[in-house]
Amino acid sequence: MAPLSKAKEPFRFYTRLHLSELTGFRATTLGQLVKLIKSVPGSCIYHHTHRFLQQHQFFSPEPPNDFAYWVTEILGEKELGERLASIDIMQFAKIHDLRDKIVSTIEEYVQQGNNAQLKFAREGEEFYFIKSVSFVLPTNHVAENLADFVEIMKKVTFDSIYFHIFEARLRLERETNDFSNWIESSIGDKELADELTALDPYTRTLDDLRSAIIGIIDKKLFEQ
Amino acid sequence: MIRLEEYIPIVGQSVIDDLRLIATRLKGKTIQHINSTSVGGGVAEILNRMVPLLQELEVEARWDLIKGGEQFFEVTKKFHNALHGYSAEITKRDFEIFLETSQQNINDVNTCGDIVFIHDPQPIALVKKKQDNKWLWRCHVDVSNPNEKVWNFLMEYIVRYDAAVFSAPSFSRRLPIRQFLISPSIDPLSDKNKELPQEVIDKVLRKYNISKDKPIITQISRFDRLKDPVGVIEAYQKVKQYVNCQLILAGGTAADDPEGLQVLEEIKARAKQDKDIHILLLPHNDIEVNALQRASAVIVQKSIKEGFGLTVAEALWKAKPVVASNVGGIPLQIKHKYSGLLCHSIEGAAFAIKQLLNSPEYAKKLGENGREHISNNFLITRHLRDYMLLFLSLYHKEDIVYL
Repeated sequence: MAPLSKAKEPFRFYTRLHLSELTGFRATTLGQLVKLIKSVPGSCIYHHTHRFLQQHQFFSPEPPNDFAYWVTEILGEKELGERLASIDIMQFAKIHDLRDKIVSTIEEYVQQGNNAQLKFAREGEEFYFIKSVSFVLPTNHVAENLADFVEIMKKVTFDSIYFHIFEARLRLERETNDFSNWIESSIGDKELADELTALDPYTRTLDDLRSAIIGIIDKKLFEQ
Repeated sequence: MIRLEEYIPIVGQSVIDDLRLIATRLKGKTIQHINSTSVGGGVAEILNRMVPLLQELEVEARWDLIKGGEQFFEVTKKFHNALHGYSAEITKRDFEIFLETSQQNINDVNTCGDIVFIHDPQPIALVKKKQDNKWLWRCHVDVSNPNEKVWNFLMEYIVRYDAAVFSAPSFSRRLPIRQFLISPSIDPLSDKNKELPQEVIDKVLRKYNISKDKPIITQISRFDRLKDPVGVIEAYQKVKQYVNCQLILAGGTAADDPEGLQVLEEIKARAKQDKDIHILLLPHNDIEVNALQRASAVIVQKSIKEGFGLTVAEALWKAKPVVASNVGGIPLQIKHKYSGLLCHSIEGAAFAIKQLLNSPEYAKKLGENGREHISNNFLITRHLRDYMLLFLSLYHKEDIVYL
């Protein structure tokens, strides 16, 4: 592999901007929550499992999804909250599968015979279902080789990194993130691609994620 | 006039690049904002900044006003209170007055925009003029628990719009039209939010005879019962028993709010002769508001209902510790014990204020976290981006839109 040689195909960075669409659906109890999780659009499940990644990117510690936050903070069900928070989203290739896992996690917990089903949120603290509407736009940044790629990575927005890492894989159902895909298919470096794929983006802030990607590629460039 | 590039040191070059990119997709569309007042209140404040910024991005934007007499605004103020859940005696004649003025505006206002963006209930009936252009209704008030009579009256108009916009998830209801969540924002470069030299702050304090040797608790808001100024005085009085502090209640009145002066008199009566309570009527003096916020040890926003609560964002942007009611859009801005303290009562507010006055390090940390949160989520550049995406959404029904 020659890192500065031209890639077979250049990598164009896209950005993804989102708008939150309200649905008018709200849950007061765990029973209502699980019923609605089963029926709302996939864009709602995506929104509530990914919103924190962008909106609270510098907050620490913050729960990784809205369901975990609501169950813990509003219903006071800390154990269920922890189970929902620790669902490993990286293991799911489709929103549909992630939805099923959230549902089964709640249903299994309720079947244990605790009184979680009896709890309800006070007025104003209900769970409001929101969906993400994504707008995907090409940016002017195009990488012809790995060195270009690293330089661009230093200046693109979090939205762009977010799109290629999170949205591309789960929402657009591509097999891996776009960066790994390009490095494997166009640069021809499977080892480097795998190293990026192995990063768990859900346990990092977007800033940390940017630094980690740059660090891994810089190291590779330095070794050459 | 503030230029977009002046925001780069605050939000970064790439955020501005994104705005320019989205704006190219709106070429050829005219956006027409319509509301009822050009001064006073959050809506006018945002439009004053938003319209020139859209124009700088080469998006055709204009801002028109409806007209209304004293009676009309008395009725719309009643509507406003009723939408916030206050029981209000709304008569058949009130609805007639609303309809008469609305008809006059329907006759007079030219709704020529490709996208007509109506703000709040006052101009809502203009939608009767809708043709093949797109119409948006922006609700800036807290409608989580509205008076059904008024809400049902407005619903006849709301359903004719292409989409509605609310400031908090709790305001959403099942509607037959699309509805979006867009929070308002503050402008970090405006007179109200820009950095101020200490001399300017000191000068404003001297002007109003406010001493620097006692900690200052401040609530900035219109003189409106929904902002609970009397509750703030009671909370201050509880704090005062333990900490020698002073209270500033400062605000203006809006052209479409006829109750303001009456409420101001009630507050003055309540404050009695306490020389440490400063009640200041500041008619749209943003530098003075900025100075008072910066001079404060704690900022309070003890609203009973709140559309969003931009004064909270203003205070947090200045890294001030804030005590605010857990209502409307406030919990979007404050995570309790992380970026401020939320309260549900006068006693709760008093306890939180005491905590902050007695624990300055804790107060400082809350303020710093708050500033970070506002910087990431509630600045005008994010708002501008959301509005442009909203305009684009009117031409795309899908959840993933490729532009």
